Amino acid sequence: MLTIATGNKAVAAAVKAARPGVVAAYPITPQTEIVEQIAEYVTDGDLESRYIPVESEHSAMAACIGASVTGVRTFTATSSHGLLYMHEMVHWAAGARLPVVMANVNRALGPGWNTWAEHTDAFSQRDTGWLQVFVGTVQEAYDATLMAFKIAEDERVLLPVMVNLDGFSLSHITQALDTVDIGDFLPPCHLPHAIDTENPLGYGPMTGPADYFRFRWDIERSMRDARGVIAEVEGEFCERFGRSYGPTEDYRCEDADVVVVAMGTLGKEAEVAIDRLRDEGIKAGSMRLRWFRPFPDLDLAGRDVVVIDRDYSFGFGGVVAHSIRSKAGVSPYSVIAGLGGQEVTYNDIADFVRDRCPGEETWFGVNDHV
Amino acid sequence: MSTIPEEEYIVKCTSACAGCSSSLCLRYVLKAAGPDSVLVVPACCTSVIQGIYPGTAMNVPVYNIAFAAAAACASGMSEAFRALGRKTNVIAYAGDGGTADIGVQALSGALERGTDFLYICYDNEAYGNTGMQRSGATPLGARTTTTPGGKPTAKKDLDRIVEAHNPPYMATACSAYPLDLYKKVKKALSIPGPKFIHILAPCPPGWRYPTEKTVEMGKLAVKTGTWILYEREYGRLTINGPSKTAMRRPAPLEDYIKGQGRFKNLSPEILDRMRQQIERNVQRLAREEAGAC
Repeated sequence: MLTIATGNKAVAAAVKAARPGVVAAYPITPQTEIVEQIAEYVTDGDLESRYIPVESEHSAMAACIGASVTGVRTFTATSSHGLLYMHEMVHWAAGARLPVVMANVNRALGPGWNTWAEHTDAFSQRDTGWLQVFVGTVQEAYDATLMAFKIAEDERVLLPVMVNLDGFSLSHITQALDTVDIGDFLPPCHLPHAIDTENPLGYGPMTGPADYFRFRWDIERSMRDARGVIAEVEGEFCERFGRSYGPTEDYRCEDADVVVVAMGTLGKEAEVAIDRLRDEGIKAGSMRLRWFRPFPDLDLAGRDVVVIDRDYSFGFGGVVAHSIRSKAGVSPYSVIAGLGGQEVTYNDIADFVRDRCPGEETWFGVNDHV
Repeated sequence: MSTIPEEEYIVKCTSACAGCSSSLCLRYVLKAAGPDSVLVVPACCTSVIQGIYPGTAMNVPVYNIAFAAAAACASGMSEAFRALGRKTNVIAYAGDGGTADIGVQALSGALERGTDFLYICYDNEAYGNTGMQRSGATPLGARTTTTPGGKPTAKKDLDRIVEAHNPPYMATACSAYPLDLYKKVKKALSIPGPKFIHILAPCPPGWRYPTEKTVEMGKLAVKTGTWILYEREYGRLTINGPSKTAMRRPAPLEDYIKGQGRFKNLSPEILDRMRQQIERNVQRLAREEAGAC
């Protein structure tokens, strides 16, 4: 059904369609609209789900963990400080192999208080064992949330999935949304290690040095298998509903001499810049990185690469730029831009391409760096 | 004792210390709860007592969870079981650090939300499995590894924090009175909504007394009025038998503290403050039971 919605409402609509048994909810700007909308669905009887209004994000994830291990589908949503507050449990959900799905509305971290978009919150959870996808449109927020349940609950994966959408620049903007009748796209959740009082097991007991690493390797093996599962699920989604997704969304890349790599809404903004540059005769393309974990193989060899990082690892560099440097074997021009909602227009992105210095790093808007 | 089932849910391969009263309590808790029960265990002595992977000493599912998260995890589990139409008992079994300190927020949230679960705090009055550091539940004067000169402040009154949430059922218990504990767990699990039981669980290595004195130590805690056994059902307080006697004619406090290395060389001032504290508690509860407050 064609309608219009914000990014947040799109996530909530997808959750309604996925029908989780338990939703744990704690509000934080700019995620609030998601948990408000789900509360309304539950209250109005549009979603038959146990809604747990927890007292913190740490408890939100703990409640999802406790619910998920009984075998029910679970969902929560957070942002920024909320995500960091639940960090311990974010690790726990993955270590416990529970297919929790969480929307994270990307937002900067204090101090100072800043509620605008940045990706540092999600990247701080990089090594937790969660799959992470970043979306660029309202439609994609809906589609990716639906697919997240199917990917997480696949027996070859059984890892939690984080759906990331930019605070305000996607969470609060309104675009067209085509909601679908999901039919049997999402079969009932089946957790092979669900708690069974007839067959009592110990979950997560003391595990010594001779065994612990095996469980860690098992997470990595599933993370590797997840690449294929993601491709399968995205393929099935396309067949059923006609919208195609992959590890990246490539725009005019085929013959490009220079490729802009960005994530989230800046990846969409880059497409406009590419059209401008093409008009000038510059053979530019853009590659919006969708999946951050598992990190995809990218074909960027032989071209100039401009990476826009809406994040920073202090004392090291842009997280995406360095990921691409190590995984794709190129030395990109690293632009740090959009932190805390800093405005970055398509003209600015076109300038990054025009002024690119491969191998160097620059902070957009900062003039005193060397 | 004939009413207590013979089924055992803790088998003989625990990693508990000799004379461990908290594992003794858990034995009776599970006998009362029966097989359709799940234990949610945060970091505490029971993380160790249950055994080491791939073994387990427990004959019910045990879900281990991070230190602060027992009540929240149990909330999710309880809601999920109810969503599945199952009545499975969800029992959080947590130490005093995981309850009165790091887990108190999650506990408060779960109580306030009316979660259908039983939260049991077994209280050995310190962080036991890390080697006896002080917790909020460590009593005045007790020496721990982080209060080598004795704790200068009083034990946090966890029960009054819980009471402020008006749960339908809450009780205190003590490892030295297993039948009392068994009955309280039975009763708690027959009531819907949030239930709380606070068990005093003497700890030989932590309190520094010989292992064979573990039952005696619990009895002395009750007989001296240091620990008062009671139940509060829908707000109505009942002082239980052993404590009724103790409140009328308490045994000398020295009987309880003299056998414990943690109370060695208590100053007369601290001893005096301990007596006053007992007196205040006794009077408060006696007044409440008599309906005079």
